[in-house]
Amino acid sequence: MNVAAGHGASVRVEACAKTFADGTRALEPATLDIARGETLVLLGPSGCGKTTMLRIIAGLELPDPGGRVLFDGRDMTSVPIEKRNVGMVFQSYALFPNMSVADNIGYGLKIRGMGSKERAARVAELVALTNITGLESRRIDQLSGGQRQRVALARAVAIRPGILLLDEPLTALDAALRDRLRGELNRLLRALGITTIYVTHDQSEAMELGDRIVVMQKGAIAQIGTPREIYFQPKNRFVAEFIGAANIIESALENGHLVLPGGRQPIGGDTSLPAAVAMIRPETICVVKAGSAPISGIIDSVSFIGDRQRMVVSGASAKPLTVDAPNTVKALAGERVGLSIAPDAIRLLPPEK
Amino acid sequence: MRDRLIFTGQLVFTLLVAAFLVVPAIQSIIAGVTVNYFRGISSGLTLQWVFQVWDLYAGTILLSFVIAFATLAVTLLAGVPAAYALHVRGGRLSRIVEEIITLPLAIPGLAIALALLLTYQGFSEFRRSWLFILTGHVIFTMPFMVRSVMAVFSTVDIRTLDEGAASLGASPWRRFRDVIVPNAVPGILAGGLMVVTLSLGEFNLTWMLHTPLTKTLPIGLADSYASMRLEVASAYTLIFFIMIIPLLVAMQMFADKEQAR
Repeated sequence: MNVAAGHGASVRVEACAKTFADGTRALEPATLDIARGETLVLLGPSGCGKTTMLRIIAGLELPDPGGRVLFDGRDMTSVPIEKRNVGMVFQSYALFPNMSVADNIGYGLKIRGMGSKERAARVAELVALTNITGLESRRIDQLSGGQRQRVALARAVAIRPGILLLDEPLTALDAALRDRLRGELNRLLRALGITTIYVTHDQSEAMELGDRIVVMQKGAIAQIGTPREIYFQPKNRFVAEFIGAANIIESALENGHLVLPGGRQPIGGDTSLPAAVAMIRPETICVVKAGSAPISGIIDSVSFIGDRQRMVVSGASAKPLTVDAPNTVKALAGERVGLSIAPDAIRLLPPEK
Repeated sequence: MRDRLIFTGQLVFTLLVAAFLVVPAIQSIIAGVTVNYFRGISSGLTLQWVFQVWDLYAGTILLSFVIAFATLAVTLLAGVPAAYALHVRGGRLSRIVEEIITLPLAIPGLAIALALLLTYQGFSEFRRSWLFILTGHVIFTMPFMVRSVMAVFSTVDIRTLDEGAASLGASPWRRFRDVIVPNAVPGILAGGLMVVTLSLGEFNLTWMLHTPLTKTLPIGLADSYASMRLEVASAYTLIFFIMIIPLLVAMQMFADKEQAR
């Protein structure tokens, strides 16, 4: 499918910071390399600077002096957005209410001086690609949220951009639709193979769509890595807690063991530290018979979710532990159980500053 | 029973208030088509006063329309881009500029006229031409255009639409033409109607700025009240009514249509 010309451009963000006119520091100096054809997700809570970063890459914001944005090695810092050949999907979609669906999708092509015949062919191609056949002559206010999202995507992709920028494109939709469109979007992005930068606050979106994820916190990059790296080897407590569920345990260390109220839990890795902040994912904890594991506790509650059951176990560590057990395990609240954790599943985090 | 009494009371009150406003207007209209107003309708109805007004004052009526549409043109050409710039830029400076544009609403027309006279008395050609009155009308009506366009901008999130068009490669001018103006049409129409009606009826400023050769309709009206028979002045009012009422009705219908959307 020849939808995108080549695989887009590579992007380098170099020491880009952003201070707004009122003195708010939205972004600390950040450097970021995005490979040609890669899908990079900027992930973080609201106000973490991810949208500012996207807008700097798009050309909608200028970085503070000293920052540079390069596309394929060319300095684009002072080039306005209309000359950067980027496709952008806005959170509110920014579809033009004064134009039909087809005119919206074809607008960028019209600007580029494409003839009406060729344009109509390209619009038809995108209408088919994004599954909105039959809506071409509709007005924007006659579309549902999901349809608008597809039109916005089709419009951004139509111009064969070097880089596709998506600013929380699914946030405005309801949960069920969001899940479905996420899968569709993923297939589409893979098919296009174009360099994509995707902003979201939703970690499952980030996991599914990103080749790499940039986790941001308070205007700074907290960690960059593949979804697996981010999940299994978070660099700090913020990343560990923001991605997935995590038990964070503060405990003394003794001969490679966490010293917990419920027992002594062996750990892998650096064992020379006197104390540690450790992260244990709920699904890495196995519920076994009391006494057959180094630590034990009492089940506070069991919530049956379907594919698994989530338990809260107290007494094992200072704070109750969240445990995801297979849905076949039979255990009741109030029961004493052993908790078996593979030493390698425990990740030590640097102490908080 | 009690509800009915209250309703009747309210109806009577409303009718009285309406009559208070409407009866003089009807009186004036009747006076304009009566042969001799002091003898009453029994003296007969005539259109001679209307024709006389037309003979004497057709020039003022024409000039009023020229000035009204020239005012409209200037407020469109300057006001719509100004509203766009003020909205997109935002910030303190924009607020200050917006306040300055709005200021003529609070300053008496006479004071504005005086300022214009003091400033431009040296430019006698300009001072004597109708363009001088146009200047006053533009100052007076500009806030109505800018405000009503800005009001629309704030409801359609024009900034994001602008960014969307920019991301597709459109230059600032293309964006303005293809996206900003078409989406500001309701505000432009409302502002335009306001500007035209205000300019047609403007008296304060115009009275200070006019010369014997640059009289507008309201100035001619004052002139005829002061120096002509009451019937002539009333016929003049009648002509004014006939021209301004359709504009007001159009404005109201338009506002209703926007509300329904």
